[in-house]
Amino acid sequence: MKTYEKSAGFFPVFERKSGPAKDATHYCPGCGHGNVHKMIAEALNDLGLIDRSVFVSPVGCSVFGYYYFNCGNFQAAHGRAPAVATAVKRTNPQAIVISYQGDGDLAAIGTAETIHTANRGENICVFFVNNAIYGMTGGQMAPTTMIGQRSTTTPHGRIEALHGNPIRMAEMLATLPAPTYIERVAIGDSKHIMKARKAIRKALTIQAEGRGYSFVEIVSACPTGWKMDPVHSRDWLIEEMLKVFPLGVFKDESENRDENSWLRRCDAYDPAKVDEYLDRLKSTLGDAAPVALTNDLHCKFAGFGGQGILTLGLLLSQIGMRAGQHVSWFPAYGPEMRGGTANCSVNVCGGRIGTPLVDTPNLLVVMNQPSLDAFADQVIDGGTIIIDSTIVEGRLDSTRLRQVLIPATAIADEVGTAKVANVVVLGALVAATDCFPREFCEDTLRAAIKKRSLVDMNIDAFGRGYEFVKNAR
Amino acid sequence: MAEKTALDVPFMEVNSELCKGCQLCLAACPKSVIAISEKLNSSSYHPAFYTGAECTGCGLCFYACPEPGAIRVYKP
Repeated sequence: MKTYEKSAGFFPVFERKSGPAKDATHYCPGCGHGNVHKMIAEALNDLGLIDRSVFVSPVGCSVFGYYYFNCGNFQAAHGRAPAVATAVKRTNPQAIVISYQGDGDLAAIGTAETIHTANRGENICVFFVNNAIYGMTGGQMAPTTMIGQRSTTTPHGRIEALHGNPIRMAEMLATLPAPTYIERVAIGDSKHIMKARKAIRKALTIQAEGRGYSFVEIVSACPTGWKMDPVHSRDWLIEEMLKVFPLGVFKDESENRDENSWLRRCDAYDPAKVDEYLDRLKSTLGDAAPVALTNDLHCKFAGFGGQGILTLGLLLSQIGMRAGQHVSWFPAYGPEMRGGTANCSVNVCGGRIGTPLVDTPNLLVVMNQPSLDAFADQVIDGGTIIIDSTIVEGRLDSTRLRQVLIPATAIADEVGTAKVANVVVLGALVAATDCFPREFCEDTLRAAIKKRSLVDMNIDAFGRGYEFVKNAR
Repeated sequence: MAEKTALDVPFMEVNSELCKGCQLCLAACPKSVIAISEKLNSSSYHPAFYTGAECTGCGLCFYACPEPGAIRVYKP
């Protein structure tokens, strides 16, 4: 006895839809996506994989995959599904991860992700639904649109000289050494469909057995975009599309790959090893009991490239980290190593940090004039601006901000090198905010500065900056 | 020999509310035992229906149908 019916791989009810047919998909009549969805859901359920599967939906008509598949779901930015799938797989090696994409998503917007994910041989399945058009947005030309094929952006048909040739992704990816299995199938007649079903099951089995990357291209119909009725669209697919996109297996290394072929790659990305590395990073700063933070700091540090602006941000972050606080450091700089402008955002907070960006700082450090001009207005009322008065001639006439002037570069020259001006500023910052005790900061600096010969000079610079501000009060 | 019961006979059935009337099941059916209703469903489609005899339970209409819940096929 056998019953063909809606697979348990689908949710019983599709919450997406309003209206009478609540359990129907949002797809147009005759759309190939529904067929592919059915085969994937059936395979995941039959192979016993559904409970550990993660379906990554793309942008395109199949963006709502997460309303249908009764498993873990992600919805990726346009074209980035294989990158998201890579992350899911590497952080959850036991998960069965599916990157489901259309031709606009996979072959145009996400070409880079597509190729590099295949090239790394990630142990995932990519199901590529190729209907030769941008379906969701109304039928524009896609990379897979065929020569002569009309679309809204090629109303007289695609022309090779103007638009290039359709891209054959399966053939292209088959030239790479890493992929395990690459096949092109079609949702044409029943024979094609049953072959497609087999290919999908094979790809999922390969992943479940840890044998590596599979890519199944599924040539599919878009009756609405093609302006045809569903039955005619399947005929047209068989007659026209299969000439340009021939069916077949382009690569099959599944017999030559075992579980270890992928695990060897996966080992390098063991999450435990990443944690271990981060712990090691922490421990190089020396163990310390948590130190209370007086006020959350949301800082912007800005100046010329080469002044040590980014390092200043890192040092404060390390002090906060060693104190057991939440920290973030986010740099922004131009291509110049020196002479350009650089800034970084630093958060040091008692609680979790939502975003590493600091758009409205409560503390601004400026080490050149353009930075003062650019960022002073962003500081919140009652905030503090620390200005390297050796370099910055401008002063604020604002009373809404606290202004701390310190000739950091001149002090650094006295210490021995202008390079430690950033550490002079750090001393001034700690003195001006009383964020952490002086000794605690100095201990952290001793651990954080890698070159032992430079430790004393930096401690000196820090102390002078600190004293300058304390004495000026 | 026992009399044939309903469970000994293969059949297909269409959930007429979920059917979008694309007719791909008609094209896929080797026995041509599926037809299109003259009535409209609540979503304004003419749904497919089983004409009532000679279904072999092959399941091809099920895989031809893009809609997960629209067709059910029973094969003894």
